[in-house]
Amino acid sequence: MSMQNIRAFMPRQDLIAFLVLAVVIFIAMPLAMDIFRLNLVGKYLTYAFVAVGLVLCWGYGGILSLGQGVFFGLGGYCMAMFLKLESSTPEATAIQSTPGIPDFMDWNQITEIPWFWEPFHSLPLALIAVLIVPTIFAYIIGVAMFKRRVGGVYFAIITQAVASILTILIIGQQGYTGGVNGITDLRTLLGWDIRSDSAKYVLYFVNGILLFACLLFAQYVRKSKLGRILLAMREREDRVRFTGYDVSNFKIFVFCLGAAFSAIGGAMFTLQVGFMSPSFVGIVPSIEMVIFCAVGGRMSIIGAVYGTLVVNWAKTSFSESFPELWLFAMGALFIGVVMAFPSGLAGLYRNHVGPFIEKSYKRLRLSYENYRKPDNLVTSD
Amino acid sequence: MNAQTAANNEDFVLSVEGLTVSFDGFKAVNDLSFYVEENEIRVIIGPNGAGKTTVLDLICGKTQATEGSIKFRGKELTKMSEHAIVHAGIGRKFQNPSIYEDLTVFENLEISFPRGHSVFGALVFKRDAEVIAAVEEVAETIFLSEDLNKTAGLLSHGQKQWLEIGMLLIQKPDLLMLDEPVAGMSVAERKQTAELLNRITKGRSVVVIEHDMQFVEDIAHRVTVMHQGKVLSEGSMERVKNDPKVIEVYLGH
Ligand SMILES: Nc1ncnc2c1ncn2[C@@H]1O[C@H](COP(=O)(O)OP(=O)(O)O)[C@@H](O)[C@H]1O
Ligand SMILES: [Mg+2]
Repeated sequence: MSMQNIRAFMPRQDLIAFLVLAVVIFIAMPLAMDIFRLNLVGKYLTYAFVAVGLVLCWGYGGILSLGQGVFFGLGGYCMAMFLKLESSTPEATAIQSTPGIPDFMDWNQITEIPWFWEPFHSLPLALIAVLIVPTIFAYIIGVAMFKRRVGGVYFAIITQAVASILTILIIGQQGYTGGVNGITDLRTLLGWDIRSDSAKYVLYFVNGILLFACLLFAQYVRKSKLGRILLAMREREDRVRFTGYDVSNFKIFVFCLGAAFSAIGGAMFTLQVGFMSPSFVGIVPSIEMVIFCAVGGRMSIIGAVYGTLVVNWAKTSFSESFPELWLFAMGALFIGVVMAFPSGLAGLYRNHVGPFIEKSYKRLRLSYENYRKPDNLVTSD
Repeated sequence: MNAQTAANNEDFVLSVEGLTVSFDGFKAVNDLSFYVEENEIRVIIGPNGAGKTTVLDLICGKTQATEGSIKFRGKELTKMSEHAIVHAGIGRKFQNPSIYEDLTVFENLEISFPRGHSVFGALVFKRDAEVIAAVEEVAETIFLSEDLNKTAGLLSHGQKQWLEIGMLLIQKPDLLMLDEPVAGMSVAERKQTAELLNRITKGRSVVVIEHDMQFVEDIAHRVTVMHQGKVLSEGSMERVKNDPKVIEVYLGH
């Protein structure tokens, strides 16, 4: 890449935003917090994968998915299945009527591991599944919807339906999925105890690095012609179509990309929190994820990360005192943001903080230059 | 005339035959036939609701025909997808300026540059010298050289119309279809647009829908008058103007 290409990919403003976020995630948070709090932030950041995907999908492409929990959950479940099989050794499960299978299967009178669990004995296969299963699922939904030109509100409702169907399926098929409790009691990854403090530190950083990988890819997409086509499509779909683009393929691509990001987040959630359950798949968590994105600013990939952190921090503090009010607060927040700050935190920053910083920076430089030229002091008045 | 032309319709750039579209029983276009020759500028006129825009919709694949055939250089279009029709060489301008207001003029033209139309192609698309040269050349043609970095939403109405024409030009279509390109333009802009059209129509065929009679006289080689989904009259402007059927429809309203 030439210098010019790099500048086109990462203009100065964006570079600063990336660097500041890197400092926050990799230096400030780990220094300021104990491991319990840091692990909590790590958990929040797994939702940021979803929010970043939504910026591309919804902010850029105009495709509002209210079912991103599906992909987060599928990624998380793929990871959890591997971890569960690893911790269900015959020794560890000796008290079961069928030792060597996950505990919830035993409770549900299942006596052997179902076929679709078999690949999850292998970590490489499980990792591939984390990425591939949700993406293929998104691809199927995308082809079925976008090739038929289903969009807008109809698409949003269908993603809601998918989210609730999958939740019902997971809860109903208890013997294969762990039911409403999910897949719990996950302990080791290839013998490495993921519940220890040191593992939590490592996983926090792995999570941060993966998030930055996704952010950089999102930035690449945003700055490529594909990013501009998404914007064009959102505004004038017909013009794009009659310019010779197969619009549906672009929608399918960005929807699959959002799904893949979400899946990585889901897998990292499972690793850091130690379980996965249907409560991260359904309608409510899916809508929450859209709110993270909206609060951060749906056109800003970096904003989406801050939006996720802020809303989750608020949720944790708020629901400790008034758990039953949280859903209402969330709804009010969403409506408030959409009505008053359609560009979210990123918009506030761009319109108020950014110019202020720029001005202070200029003033600082000016006074510095004046200071360097002593004769100015005499002639200035 | 139709019998004679139908025999060798391979010579036409565009041949529309027996075209009919029915919206819940209402035939917006009804058994319509017309033929456009190489390098011809054809203007379609007719009262509001005559079905002019619908004809363009049918040709570019936006609307599916109920009956009839549309052949472009001998290739049947009625079963092709919209993007395939574009790649076959047909460009279409919409009645209302249809541009990407959030993007710059440069970016608007660049998206229309005929390269990198697949998902992967768009991801790896490079703004190289060829693209820049093509964009600058077209910008000059459409009087927007000075505005390349301007957000398209800030252009005047007339400039937006030109931009959309430019977005078609950069694709180098063989058949250009323009739906009311001077609607809402000032007199000066209309003149400039007529001059623009006369310049850009060299080496390609053009179908224009227009109401402005002065403008039609300025550009048309031949005129097709539509009324209630059918061809009412066809021929030179002179002939059409003096056709009693046309006079009746226009004055009768
Ligand atoms: N998609 C559609 N569904 C139903 N009716 C339509 C549709 N498109 C056009 N029409 C009708 O067809 C007629 C012709 O419309 P149009 O082609 O836009 O006329 P013109 O461009 O000549 O003014 C109008 O009566 C219009 O209401
Ligand atoms: Mg019309």
